[in-house]
Amino acid sequence: MKGTLDRTVVGLSLTATIIIVLMLLIILVNVAINGWARLSIEFLTTAPQNGMNGGGIFPAIYGTVLLVLLMSIAAVPFGVLVAIYLAEYARTESYLYKVTRLAVNNLAGVPSIVFGLFGLGFFIQTIGGGLDDGFYGGQVVFGQPSIMWASLTMAVLTLPVVIVTVEESFRSVPREYREASLALGATRLQTIFRVVLPQSWAGVMTGTILAVSRGAGEVAPVLFTGAAFFLPYLPTRPNDQFMQLGYHVYVLSTQSPDVEATKPLLYSTVLVLLVLTFLLNITAVLIRKRMRAWNAA
Amino acid sequence: MERSVKIRTTDLNCFYGETRALDGITAELVRHSVTALIGPSGCGKSSFLRVLNRMNDLIPDTRLEGRIEIDGEDIYAEATDVIDLRRRVGMIFQKSNPFPMSVYDNVAYGVRVNDLARNSKEIDRIVESTLQSAALWDEVKDRLGKSALSLSGGQQQRLCIARALAVRPEILLMDEPASALDPISTAKIEELIYELKRDYTIVIVTHNMQQAARVSDETAFFLSGRLVELSDTKQLFTMPSERETEDYITGRFG
Repeated sequence: MKGTLDRTVVGLSLTATIIIVLMLLIILVNVAINGWARLSIEFLTTAPQNGMNGGGIFPAIYGTVLLVLLMSIAAVPFGVLVAIYLAEYARTESYLYKVTRLAVNNLAGVPSIVFGLFGLGFFIQTIGGGLDDGFYGGQVVFGQPSIMWASLTMAVLTLPVVIVTVEESFRSVPREYREASLALGATRLQTIFRVVLPQSWAGVMTGTILAVSRGAGEVAPVLFTGAAFFLPYLPTRPNDQFMQLGYHVYVLSTQSPDVEATKPLLYSTVLVLLVLTFLLNITAVLIRKRMRAWNAA
Repeated sequence: MERSVKIRTTDLNCFYGETRALDGITAELVRHSVTALIGPSGCGKSSFLRVLNRMNDLIPDTRLEGRIEIDGEDIYAEATDVIDLRRRVGMIFQKSNPFPMSVYDNVAYGVRVNDLARNSKEIDRIVESTLQSAALWDEVKDRLGKSALSLSGGQQQRLCIARALAVRPEILLMDEPASALDPISTAKIEELIYELKRDYTIVIVTHNMQQAARVSDETAFFLSGRLVELSDTKQLFTMPSERETEDYITGRFG
């Protein structure tokens, strides 16, 4: 009787596991087979043509890379500063620590479309609109969707990832190093910048890459804040709009006049997006592995 | 040698939350001598060491009563610069803890953060002379650029001593500096302590009574946060004046 129950549970969990793996495999194989055919250097380096029915996706790749780059420039220093506060200065029983902790955890759980709306309301309408009213006499310069606002919105979304990863790596620096430094007459700040931070660079790198891979895959936050359906030019100014891979997938699959004709393009775009995010995730894992080995040595 | 007091504590009480770690310690530690702190685990000897350079400040919920003077100055006074105090009162930890940097950078660390050298030539000189004082120069002079973690355990601990010496402290606090080392490395550290007391006032916590007898001029015996006895090392080990001291050194407990 007992043995039967045992075998049933094992069987069920095994089946569930296999289903999960199969689902992933089906997605990957499907995308790889259908996307491979249309993939070429030309596809990666040219702009869409004929109303999305031809050409490549270069502007979308360019826009995505630029987006995550600007996002990192905003999110990483800010996240590192918050992590320094949480790991080095805040007392865990203090009110401010608990509130910050709660904020970081909840920020990570907010649906990404809410970030998109937040970006539209806060960055574009409030800040951008405020700038326009204050400096441009009401003429619309910053009060419109652009790569700058989209990057900042994405930065808010990925901030928790950076904070948590960097804080964790700060905490993994042995207390002995901090004590040794302080006992030599170093200030707390010197200790952080000369001993703790150099030891945590791998954590900062991992946090950045995780944030980038998250940011590269999200669509909702840039939907209202800067992504364009199609642009004949590449973004060069901070208030230009941009094309983005995730949004391009959405556009190809819903807005095309001829869905059958865009299908091969759609598959290839998804393949590029998947490969990009996978590569970033693998890099993060490798860096973390090296960091562990290095810390253990 | 003239007996002059370097460190004086008066009615020192230390609490961690509700726990009393030090109970009314009044003691005088002599300049340019080695004072050994002995006693069973949890007796307060490490706490005593760590209040002397205010490393205890880093532990939340620590409370201190009484007075500690170094050269007659109250180190817990409002005006005390803790950073400068820690430079003047160096510390060697139980587990050697060189930074994961090169040998050179380890020694130069304190010089750099305290701005003690005008240029890199001067840092070079300080690194060489302190490594020599720590009896390590000959062993590492060809590998100054190598990671400090590639040194042996004994070398790492002497590197930590060199690192502490590089900021020109007056006092060295040592928290069981040889407890994790083999006998040969231990002998080297003890020899070094003997050399260093000419220039520094040394306070060393040790679990090993033979070591206390070998390296120290005076010995303090702690029990349950109290200072039971502080006297000349020879006298303490041969003719202790307190019953509890005698029980401890003859191995009746602890």
